[in-house]
Amino acid sequence: MSEKYYFYPRWIRVWHTLNAILCLMLIVSGISLQYSDTDAPVINFQAAIGIHNFAGVALTFNYMIFFVGNLLTENGRNYLMRRKGLRDRLWKQLRYYAYGFFRGEKAPFPVGKERKFNPLQQISYVIVMYAAIPLLFLTGWALLFPEFILKKFLGFSGIFLSAQLHIAMGFLVSVFLVIHLYVSTMGRTPLSNFRSMIDGWQEAH
Amino acid sequence: MKLKTGPGYLILLLLVPLLFLYAFNLPVVQEADDPQELIVKGAENNPFSEENETCLRCHGEQKYELTDPVTGMVVRRPMSGSYYIDRDVFYQSVHWSFACLDCHLADYGEYPHALSLRFEPPYNCLDCHGYDETYARYKFEDIETEHLKSAHYTQTNGEFSCWNCHNPHSYQVLAREGKDIFEVVRNSNNMCLVCHGDPFKFGLVSDIEPTEIISTHNWLPNQRLHFKAVRCIDCHTEINDSLLVSHNMRPAEEAVKGCVSCHSSNSILMGTLYKYEAKESRREYGFVNSAIIRNNSYVIGANRSKLMNYGSLLIFGLTLGAVLVHTFFRIRFSKKHHNE
Repeated sequence: MSEKYYFYPRWIRVWHTLNAILCLMLIVSGISLQYSDTDAPVINFQAAIGIHNFAGVALTFNYMIFFVGNLLTENGRNYLMRRKGLRDRLWKQLRYYAYGFFRGEKAPFPVGKERKFNPLQQISYVIVMYAAIPLLFLTGWALLFPEFILKKFLGFSGIFLSAQLHIAMGFLVSVFLVIHLYVSTMGRTPLSNFRSMIDGWQEAH
Repeated sequence: MKLKTGPGYLILLLLVPLLFLYAFNLPVVQEADDPQELIVKGAENNPFSEENETCLRCHGEQKYELTDPVTGMVVRRPMSGSYYIDRDVFYQSVHWSFACLDCHLADYGEYPHALSLRFEPPYNCLDCHGYDETYARYKFEDIETEHLKSAHYTQTNGEFSCWNCHNPHSYQVLAREGKDIFEVVRNSNNMCLVCHGDPFKFGLVSDIEPTEIISTHNWLPNQRLHFKAVRCIDCHTEINDSLLVSHNMRPAEEAVKGCVSCHSSNSILMGTLYKYEAKESRREYGFVNSAIIRNNSYVIGANRSKLMNYGSLLIFGLTLGAVLVHTFFRIRFSKKHHNE
């Protein structure tokens, strides 16, 4: 029996579950809007707008739980990275995923009392949670109230730039989701990490 | 001391450009003047401008003087809006180089004008532009055919002519010159609003009860933005593939009302508002909807380029491919370790 750590208190599990549901709603409705086709709609255009707007607004409020929670609790510590040696740590982890993992090597940064995320997880979570998601909802809110967007910015339409940024970040989060789901199967057993998001206890691996 | 990089740096890095985008009114980059604009319009380049002043002395002013030939009494009267010609606007219009008497009977040279002149029918577009090779590319004959089928014509007992929308004293070609799309939209919609935004003027050409534009379009999300970005005629005309601008106005109940008609990869806007741009840019760049992109406009769903489509598919494909390859090796090595 491996060691277990209570990494995911109730507030993180609730936030994470809501975040997952809302992101899925946003990705599906977003794809339906972006690739809207009169002959083969994924979701009816007007319904997709309703879903996207609702989920987008809800995601913003849900993000506040994450942001404030990380400010007020110890969980925020997991998103701080030491700059020194970061490149080496990232390389070690990447090499492990691409090679060492198959050869049965020990994880270079195993989950432990003091370490919830490995360096690759850490950097990708910071980029997604502190860059992509805020950019997504900032541009999303701006597109909900387009009259407040600058008409022109450096020669480009403000709405056009906001929309392009929104789409690019949406795409980045979609790609992240695929990788995140896959990497989650690389726990002690393929389902152990998913179970930890239900009971809060993560098994060391 | 350990140096730690937190999300704070990232937030700052992202918020600064966004603040610029949404909060500060940075100087707008002015678009360069159209280099093809070789003909310099203006009164100074019209050889008839002095002659035209005979007419504009009254018709170019908001008030004109009327003298009683018997008593010599002079009174000032306001010039009716429909007979007023703004010099600045006229000399920048498509007919800027004309003399007034090129189109109006020479008898108008006499003042006061004879009552019989009121019965002379004015020229319409086809009188000068129809069946003439010089103007063949504008397809005035097809426009006339469309107009005769349109609600403008059929619902006004045929009293509606070209002039009701295209004032020959102020008309400018914009869409065909590839001008800024918002300028094209503004000019086009202003044409409609002259009557449809003014119940009195609407009553001058139609016996139908005028409708209130804003409330009848309440169903339209972001109404103000739609009015700025799309022409009335894009939804209220029947698309004609051979004409740059369709002239077959349909009754209100036949107007386009489905979002996906515009918001899709098959956007009707590519056959209406962006028709000219689409023809040009497709030839130039080969993008699906590059006309819209080049105009910096944004239409959900229609705003995609082949490059973006293929790029995103490639990245998604590579991600899924990497996951599949990794899964394959995981299974393979797990069996190997198990056997050992």
